[in-house]
Amino acid sequence: MRFEEIKKRAESQWGVFSHNPHILVGTATCGKAAGALDVIEAFKNELSRRDIRVPIIQVGCIGLCYAEPLVIISKPDSLRIAYHNVTPDLASRLVEGYIVGDDPCLEIALGTFETDERGTPYIPELPRFEHELRLILGRCGYIDPENIHDYIANRGYSALARALGMSPEQIVEEIKRSGLRGRGGAGFYAGEKWDQCRRAPAKRKYVICNADEGDPGAFMDRVILESDPQEVIEGMIIAGYAIGAERGYIYVRAEYPLAIERIRNALRQAEEIGLLGEDILGSGFHFHIGITEGAGAFVSGEATALVAAMEGKRSEPRVRPPRLAEAGLWGCPTLLNNVKTFAYVPFIIGNGIDQFLSIGTEHSKGTAVFTLAGKIQYPGLTEVPMGTTLRKVVYDIAGGMRNQKKFKAVQIGGPSGGCIPETLLDLPIDFDSLHEAGSMMGSGGMIFMDEEDCAVDTARFFLDFTTKESCGKCTMCRMGTLQLLSILEDICTGKAKIEDMELLQELSQDVKMGSLCGLGRSAPNPVLTTMRYFGDEYRAHILEKRCPALVCKDLIAYYILREKCDRACEHCILVCPTEAIKGGKGEIKVINQEKCSKCGTCLEVCPPEYHAVVKISPISKLPPDPKGEEGPAQGGG
Amino acid sequence: MTEKEEQLSHILERHRGERNGLIPILLEIQREFGYLPKEAMPRVAESLGIKPVEVWGVATFFNQFRLTPLGRNHIKVCMGTACHLAGGRLVLEALERELNIKVGETSPDGHFSLERVACIGCCMLAPVAVIKDKIYPKMSSFKVEEALIPYRQESKAED
Repeated sequence: MRFEEIKKRAESQWGVFSHNPHILVGTATCGKAAGALDVIEAFKNELSRRDIRVPIIQVGCIGLCYAEPLVIISKPDSLRIAYHNVTPDLASRLVEGYIVGDDPCLEIALGTFETDERGTPYIPELPRFEHELRLILGRCGYIDPENIHDYIANRGYSALARALGMSPEQIVEEIKRSGLRGRGGAGFYAGEKWDQCRRAPAKRKYVICNADEGDPGAFMDRVILESDPQEVIEGMIIAGYAIGAERGYIYVRAEYPLAIERIRNALRQAEEIGLLGEDILGSGFHFHIGITEGAGAFVSGEATALVAAMEGKRSEPRVRPPRLAEAGLWGCPTLLNNVKTFAYVPFIIGNGIDQFLSIGTEHSKGTAVFTLAGKIQYPGLTEVPMGTTLRKVVYDIAGGMRNQKKFKAVQIGGPSGGCIPETLLDLPIDFDSLHEAGSMMGSGGMIFMDEEDCAVDTARFFLDFTTKESCGKCTMCRMGTLQLLSILEDICTGKAKIEDMELLQELSQDVKMGSLCGLGRSAPNPVLTTMRYFGDEYRAHILEKRCPALVCKDLIAYYILREKCDRACEHCILVCPTEAIKGGKGEIKVINQEKCSKCGTCLEVCPPEYHAVVKISPISKLPPDPKGEEGPAQGGG
Repeated sequence: MTEKEEQLSHILERHRGERNGLIPILLEIQREFGYLPKEAMPRVAESLGIKPVEVWGVATFFNQFRLTPLGRNHIKVCMGTACHLAGGRLVLEALERELNIKVGETSPDGHFSLERVACIGCCMLAPVAVIKDKIYPKMSSFKVEEALIPYRQESKAED
């Protein structure tokens, strides 16, 4: 079938669908975790009880993870409305109110997609969307990821149709001129890679999509694959055509079962209508895509390590050259790009490069996709033009910090990235500026920290991760990260000396120098940046045995304020797992520091009106026991 | 041949000679058995024409693979960055205390096992624990005991 016919058919299906009432429910992993499946069940029951037929479509994620479960109800000639944090018991109200009746239930709506004179928030004008620019997330959450026609009706596969009319050289040239940089972390120019692969003289070549998203706290690749898998597949097919490959693989973490299921379905549908497989759209070009499940190793994100895993070996990186473009999978030239990099390809080829070039900064074109998590108001997913300042991301898009806490830092790029402090909030985000600040774009995970998060503990957390994930090939990475971790543990437990800071610095440089791949070369980044921007906190830990953020367990003690404790309440006594809290009915409660395991449960259950349990650091500042029975507990202080 | 052995032969037969199929084979075996039985390793090696050490090398390299059976109620505690900041460690410690096992262990009665995972990707619900396949959002050390109740009752009924 010609593409025009496929498109026409898809558009007419989409037309019928969008001109009839329908319900969209976000069921990406985040939506499911928040209870979206129960919501769907409730809607189904309610509709069948009333004998109404309205399609319920499971869509991906629109990026507002905090608002999940998110439901969008569309009615012809009326407002399209998004409802947030929908619970199953709201289903009957929404069906009764808006599907059957004309009450849009605006009081429980997040907003509308059309302007409304009743003053309901207009979704495109919410601060988040106002600063966003969605080139690759545009369809996420609005189309059925399991129906290829939805994708085609929304500009999908037009880029492939255009590409097949171009020569491979022209396509590579366009990708080169677009300045597209790889979204996997290092920001290598994609066009260069494509060009090397295209020129490589070999009969067999491969295209690999790296969906081994291993960075804790980053999930944008998962969201794209769960919400709009065809976009990535289209990008891969175009890449295959451009470099002369007939086979592609998506290497995806086995931990993402839903993404795998949706990709599998998407590949089957693309094959069914002749957009994938033999003689694509009658062009004579063949391309097949398979799925390889990763077995969970952070280092597999490194290109050569990923190829080793695909060959069924231990996922260890190797020395480059030769580059993958010369000798990759089974020794053949291989083009390996990240999920997002492929996702940009249909946009660039479909719209021509000028539009892409007009967005972003001089050396970082286009947009950046970030996951927002941590202590912010609105966690989720966002896509902003390169060059947007961190301040905009924190305060406008993420809604600022939760519970009126103060912004402390943002960790960008996970274990390979660095901590960026408040003084750098006006930094425009792009590959190069982040690098200068000691961080990196990395995978694009942003974790926001407030004053209750400890910089040293955060560095220790990341080193704990890299130590566990180091493949062990390079001594400096294997042993160096372990030493870094051991020093950081000493700092967190009050056993370090001030000279250790110098040692950390020195050792960090050595680990960077002595490691082959990005894992080791970037592992010290969290240490170096936290020392650079939060040196005082390190010194407080070492010199005063004090954790200013009250996080490091060995440097804090839990204490019940005498003047705030309500004598009649016994919450803390009842929950304490070590029976460390004394005080009978009508008495003030006291924590026995010897017995206390510092689990924090008493602080958690102490009713907010008393707020009597506090953390104290250093431990030497603990007030003496009033009765003098136990003496002031000074353990470790 | 026992049923288990037959299943194993079946998996190996399907992938015979595919050296690059080692990881998918091990994943399949684990899906079937819940872990990688020691006895399966030489057979995998033999069917692919490689040394057993290569199979062990891969089996011990990747986080997904387990060499011991899991408890009937497998508990995963997310230790991703967002969960860590929100107190994931306290949740893990509370579970260790409640179940009286250390992370990575299975309880002697086989009812519970506890594992830490790097990130399950629902950071807005941090800290998160997963019991069987159910996600428990915004956990705390206090909520641990309550979350375990239904699973404990079920285990009791089974015994």
